[in-house]
Amino acid sequence: MQTIHLQWIDYTILVAYVAFVLGIGWTLARYMKTSSDFLTSARSIPTWVTGLAFISANLGALELVGMAASGAKYGIATAHFYWVGAIPAMIFLAVFMMPFYYGSKARSVPEYLKMRFDERVRALNSVAFAVMTIFASGVSMNALAKLLNQLLGWNYNAALWICSGVVLLYVLKGGLTSAIYTEVLQFFMIVLGFAPVVYLGLKDVGGWHTMNTSLQGVAVATSTNYAANAWTSTWQPLLAGPAHNPMGVDWFAIVFGLGFVLSFGYWCTNFLVVQRAMAAKNMTAARNTPLVAAVPKMVFPFLVIVPGMIAVALTANPGKDYRIPPPVIAQANYDQAVAVVKTATPADNAATVAAVDKALGKDVNPDKIAALVTANTTAKLADADIEKGIYFSVKDNDYDGVILSLVKKYCPPGLLGLALTALLASFMSGMAGNVTAFNTVWTYDLYQAYFAPGKSDSHYFWAGKVTTIAGIVLSIAAAYFASMYNNAMDIIQLVFGFVNAPLFATFLLGMFWKRTTGTGAFLGLFGGIAGSTLFHAVTIAQGNLPGVKGGYIKVLETFPSEMAQNFWLAAFAFTVCFTLTLVISLATKSMKTDAELRGLVYSLTPKTVDHNLSFWQRPAVLGTVLLIICVILNFIFF
Amino acid sequence: MGLDIRWPIGLMFTLIGVLLAAFDININQIWGIVLLIFGVFMLLGAISGK
Repeated sequence: MQTIHLQWIDYTILVAYVAFVLGIGWTLARYMKTSSDFLTSARSIPTWVTGLAFISANLGALELVGMAASGAKYGIATAHFYWVGAIPAMIFLAVFMMPFYYGSKARSVPEYLKMRFDERVRALNSVAFAVMTIFASGVSMNALAKLLNQLLGWNYNAALWICSGVVLLYVLKGGLTSAIYTEVLQFFMIVLGFAPVVYLGLKDVGGWHTMNTSLQGVAVATSTNYAANAWTSTWQPLLAGPAHNPMGVDWFAIVFGLGFVLSFGYWCTNFLVVQRAMAAKNMTAARNTPLVAAVPKMVFPFLVIVPGMIAVALTANPGKDYRIPPPVIAQANYDQAVAVVKTATPADNAATVAAVDKALGKDVNPDKIAALVTANTTAKLADADIEKGIYFSVKDNDYDGVILSLVKKYCPPGLLGLALTALLASFMSGMAGNVTAFNTVWTYDLYQAYFAPGKSDSHYFWAGKVTTIAGIVLSIAAAYFASMYNNAMDIIQLVFGFVNAPLFATFLLGMFWKRTTGTGAFLGLFGGIAGSTLFHAVTIAQGNLPGVKGGYIKVLETFPSEMAQNFWLAAFAFTVCFTLTLVISLATKSMKTDAELRGLVYSLTPKTVDHNLSFWQRPAVLGTVLLIICVILNFIFF
Repeated sequence: MGLDIRWPIGLMFTLIGVLLAAFDININQIWGIVLLIFGVFMLLGAISGK
């Protein structure tokens, strides 16, 4: 029931992809001569490449798997993570922030913070970022190895080490350039690998309109609070209030918490994505990088969210023989449950249900088990049919399994290899992105700044290579850590939230208010992190128990959903950081002169002149056009 | 930096497209041809880019 058996054609596609990825690394190795070549691509890459790498570095498999899961749980409203929670921030980064990042000649985001504020702010940001990238990389690799283990029966350790080894080889050979170039290849692999699954899924449910009709039926059947458009509209269910949409959030939390604080905090300050734009060959290319990335980002909901909606529509049609997959259950447990059903009689149904529950370790639907036992008593069923009946009777849903269940349902050998290679590509691009960002920040912002200043360039070049190996090894260690503790993911994401939520306030004030001081920024950031930790300690989401999900000091506020709690936490942390930075800056003396801040602060920097570009090539014009398209998309799916 | 990325992308998708096409709708054949066209398009871009 669980594992897939690949054929030679599937393995051939997988091997071809790995060979080309390694080939890119080997080809670029001869161009790696300085630390700048290895760690920053010597600022030499054209826009379309950095733009696609920008989006691909963000398109890890957690996004592919997670967004399909969210599409099933929340419907088209998941597109808020794109049309509200990404595009406006990417345009802001391109038009207003890239001139400072690129023009300051900083080699990393923490280095910009050092130039704008002081060493304390750089140290805080670079240490937090280095730790977070390692954990993000490890969590992603753990998810991949688990997936390959459950789906293909591959050994967990072998899958983890081999996939990490491939990433290590091509990053070690070609540095950031190799990561960026392979991210472009991975981008096309992901799009072309998953597009046929979406096409076949839509064909199966009868097209877009038929799918929406099915989803309207599901919405009404799920809750009396939901209007028929709960899964098919982005804004109307939100405006009706948290109780009337499956996300359990209100419009303000989406607009301010997600659309402003979290979105701008990620897209405008996270070195993982900003690094791609900083590798561009000139200022115009750097500014256009996020705009090029915004085009595919705008249409990605149709590639990654629609599969989740297809899955829900399929469950509404019993003739399609599909359910949202249950949590992964070992084959041995299914075999035990089959043995129980085979010997059961309709008279002892309660005992049968209890025995099947025990065999699977999951609750099953008593009515479905009763029907299965009756059917087996009437006419002896084959083991495979009994197993299928048990599979359909498990109560719990594992939404993260949605995308793979559709791949299994629709992809014959060949296309299956392509889709699985696309999944592998998304994991690798995520890991390579994290490792290259880690080795730049570690080498330049920690090693060169504090441990070995004033060494030769070749020393830092080799330090970068050693850091790449260390980054991969630490990622593998983080993967084992994530695999050992069931709630490791929750804890890691929680810490990310505490550190990331206030960060944009520091950048916003630093870039657009010259009076912001290093002390204000440093204490404001700490205050923001403390504020978000305290907020989490006194709030909880409905249905959760006090603990890692919050409320461990006292429950002062209960939110309708975890998502609402996270969005409000971000809004609170931002406000605390912004206010503290503002007040402390006014109370302290700036250590930087206007001359030192030129190129780092908006009011002291000559405006970037785009007169040499034709009208339609100017970032401000392109950004405006993209913003208008984004608004139109929001209205189409209102 | 010394490598036009359209070469490996074009070569890889041309190869996979040919493989898939050679191997109620015959999705492998159809999608193999789509990948082949995409791969050739990339290779033509790389050749003209020279």
